[in-house]
Amino acid sequence: MLPRLFSFNGGVKPDPNKGDSTREPIARLPLPPQLVVPLHQHIGGTPRPLVGVGERVLRGQRVGGADGNVSSAVHAPTSGRVIAVESRLMPHASGLSAPAIVIEPDGEDRHVEREAFDWHAASPGEVRDFLRDAGVVGLGGAVFPSHLKLNPGKAGHTDTLVLNGAECEPFITCDDMLMRTEPEGILRGALIMKKMLAARQVLVGIEDNKPEAAAALKAAAAALGDTSLEVVVVPTRYPAGGAKQLIRVLTGIEVPHGSRSTDYGVQCFNVATSLAVFQALEQGEPLIRRIVTVAGNVERPRNFEVAIGTPIGFVFAHAGLKPDTDKLIMGGPMMGMPLPGVDAPVVKATNCLLASSAALFPPPEPELPCIRCGECARACPADLQPFELYWHSRSRNFGRAQEYHLFDCIECGCCAYVCPSHIPLVDYYRYAKSEIWARERDKDAADSARERFEFRNWRAEREKEEKAARLAARSAAKPAAAPAATDGAAPTADAAVDPKKALIEAAMARAKAQKEAVAAKNTAEPDAAQQAQIDEADARRARAAATPDSERTE
Amino acid sequence: MIQALLVMAGLALALGAALGAASVIFRTQGDPLVDKIDAILPQTQCGQCGFPGCKPYATAIAGGEADINQCPPGGDEGVRKLADLLGREFKPLNAEHGVEKPKSVAFIDEATCIGCTLCIQACPVDAIVGAAKQMHTIVAGLCTGCELCIAPCPADCITMEPVRETVESWKWRYPVFELKVEPPVTAPAREAA
Repeated sequence: MLPRLFSFNGGVKPDPNKGDSTREPIARLPLPPQLVVPLHQHIGGTPRPLVGVGERVLRGQRVGGADGNVSSAVHAPTSGRVIAVESRLMPHASGLSAPAIVIEPDGEDRHVEREAFDWHAASPGEVRDFLRDAGVVGLGGAVFPSHLKLNPGKAGHTDTLVLNGAECEPFITCDDMLMRTEPEGILRGALIMKKMLAARQVLVGIEDNKPEAAAALKAAAAALGDTSLEVVVVPTRYPAGGAKQLIRVLTGIEVPHGSRSTDYGVQCFNVATSLAVFQALEQGEPLIRRIVTVAGNVERPRNFEVAIGTPIGFVFAHAGLKPDTDKLIMGGPMMGMPLPGVDAPVVKATNCLLASSAALFPPPEPELPCIRCGECARACPADLQPFELYWHSRSRNFGRAQEYHLFDCIECGCCAYVCPSHIPLVDYYRYAKSEIWARERDKDAADSARERFEFRNWRAEREKEEKAARLAARSAAKPAAAPAATDGAAPTADAAVDPKKALIEAAMARAKAQKEAVAAKNTAEPDAAQQAQIDEADARRARAAATPDSERTE
Repeated sequence: MIQALLVMAGLALALGAALGAASVIFRTQGDPLVDKIDAILPQTQCGQCGFPGCKPYATAIAGGEADINQCPPGGDEGVRKLADLLGREFKPLNAEHGVEKPKSVAFIDEATCIGCTLCIQACPVDAIVGAAKQMHTIVAGLCTGCELCIAPCPADCITMEPVRETVESWKWRYPVFELKVEPPVTAPAREAA
């Protein structure tokens, strides 16, 4: 039976450019002289470093522990020695550095002892914790920790698990090649996730420009003999690989603003993530390598299996970077971000490394005024009004931009692709989004500062009150105690001074008594022997006083 | 005639009673305007505006005792937001109260600190930890950069460190189209051509 397919609005059909990098099978890249493993490679908290400088690590050993639940671990990709734990250049548009663990491989590639974990017997919570500690995150590009998505949720079950093998962006072919080589592992991973989510069916969506991948997966599904697995070929149209777009195409469910696909019983994972889940649970291998497409202005475009932390320059060197390259991009030409340098490492999010040249990607033409043609709105797959977002972002009117659902924008770049005025629309949306996030952070900080300031004032007030109360209690207690203490003493005329004076008198009396007691002890009647000792001591003292100091030293 | 008057008087009494009751039942707690102004202020609690904290300054603005351009940490953007809220004209920051500086946090040189607790008492937002004759340190995430701890320190061990941009806090820049200038053709080259 042919499943009914649906369609999403908008989208574009750029030239796929996928032929060059799929000609040859995936090659395993050798280890570089130095691996830079960033601690923060996913959405959520930065993992804590678990190793120190000089320590020896083994392949698959955890070097960064997940910080809280919305986080994921990072591992050593090979055995070697930690030569630094410091800030290194990140593959990020900012060109800033962040903490990383630098490992010098020893070439032995010794594996850490695999901990036996039977996920069949373990509770779902334990399996999720295991995946968190195995560093499994979404490999489609968003790097969201997978264990958080493998929760069946309040309803207790999910209807459909969607495996995303659409890979719609031009040049990128890493998922295509992975589906051709590891179809069984991908489907086995999907069955594990299906069990964890208590899902009814698994739909694997593949664009129709990848017939080899679809055939490989169909054969693997037939070999597994599970009828809940279905491989669906979808029409090629960018961005069919967007989670919401693929869910729409496969199930007809349109996830509205402000809700998640899980609210409608659908969960979506990338095919590479599925394989990572399988490898973690069945083979005990944490996420330490990934497939990276190297394409664009290179001599030998190809897919490489790269250890996480390999410097980007090392990867490009193996593909033969052409000398007229003017820019390096991580990701595809539509959504990728410019790389700050060749020292930045490959991270879990690196699906493609693209070299750009003036011939391949001509420099952008000058931005012209918006002519309100509405082409962008026709192309938007998220059903937004890109021109409205553009005007409000451009004029820094962020509140209005949010009213037009700026945060539903998936930054796919379709609007900028069709814009006849060559406006870099996505740059404006990214600018507006990061400004809004910065304002929210400032507001949260201000709110917490206000709370602490008010609490501090309240505390100062309370301390003042408590002190006053203590003083009042003491002065109330004194007049009652005073007569008892100064029994025999004559009360003075001044009532206000009375307790204080009485106290002073009592204290003086006590001191006098003490002094007398001490004196009495010393002048107590000594017996004859004591008297002799005293006399002897006195005589010694007299002698000592008579002798000059200089003689005494001899 | 009398009837009409009675009806009108009765109506007036009934409506008056309803209004009176409503004003008691729906009484607003505190001044909502003060809270709105306070929400715009950056909560640095630095006192540069001349008031002991952001809330007192907000109260003064609402009462018309202070102008809207006395908050340097809020900067021109803060003044603009206040002007929008209060329907007033924007005016640049009053230099008497200080100038807008990049956000920074205090840092205690722990080797020099003598443990006198004076800075802890001065900190308006409880961002310093330590005890008498013990080393003090600043919780950087909680510090608002008010600089109130610098003056009381007898050992001069507190400095202000600007907050550095990280990968997480980095912001995409406003898009600008870069104009590339072609290298000028030199005279010999033109002659050769």
